[in-house]
Amino acid sequence: MAEPLYFEKSFDVEGGSFQNAGNVSGQIKGILKDLGVSTDIVRRVAIICYESEINIVSYAKRGTITLTVTDEAVKIETKDEGPGIADIELAMKEGYSTASAAVREMGFGAGMGLANMKKYADHLIITSELGVGTYVRMMVMNFQKILHPDLPSITL
Amino acid sequence: MTLKDVKEILEAEVLVGSDQLEKPAKTAFAADLMSDVLAFAKPDSLLLTGLTNPQVVRTADILDITAIIMVRGKKPSEETIKLAEELKIPILSTRYILFETSGRLHARGVTGCIEKVGGET
Repeated sequence: MAEPLYFEKSFDVEGGSFQNAGNVSGQIKGILKDLGVSTDIVRRVAIICYESEINIVSYAKRGTITLTVTDEAVKIETKDEGPGIADIELAMKEGYSTASAAVREMGFGAGMGLANMKKYADHLIITSELGVGTYVRMMVMNFQKILHPDLPSITL
Repeated sequence: MTLKDVKEILEAEVLVGSDQLEKPAKTAFAADLMSDVLAFAKPDSLLLTGLTNPQVVRTADILDITAIIMVRGKKPSEETIKLAEELKIPILSTRYILFETSGRLHARGVTGCIEKVGGET
């Protein structure tokens, strides 16, 4: 049986750097592909990463995205230094947005980001402190591996 | 249908990926809102859009989109072209409006990557 898979790496994201938005998500997608993670999971993680990255670029001064891969799940954690979210429940609502014109010009800022992250993640937790920043943890589970523990690591 | 057929139907100019015109094109998604593209578009589809910034290419890369079709005669910025070349994502530009672009492709057999929203993952 293959060794259990484990991978962890943190990436810095610069706030306001619209030209580079998506760079980290592209890297993370490449890493997951190279690890042999299944296409469906790669796509879901890439989407939640990309929406997270757009959020950091759009609202925060800076932030980090941490990728953790195990046999049973891919975890994405984002931590930013930013304004924080006053009402998380309201922010999760499709269509609610405080985005600037610059963000909307990129094709984002329509209040779909957090909703998309929730849609593609199996598990999502947000904590936020006004004037300090926001922390988001998302997991995409490899249910195939959980249900069939004897499967080799490559099936993630 | 291949990208070459798409190019001819739309009288499109190939701005990136002239070496990839044999790629198959069976389904498509059209939107100017990238969050909706991320929510609903499926891999190996065409992306029809009026946006031209690098985020369109990033979005296409994240979703394994076959090619980006820029409608209404839109031309991408230099940064957009550079990123598309780097990520090997074809960009075609057509002067047809989004409605005509969609209609002409649909009439020739290209279908929506989903028909309507709700219930899909």
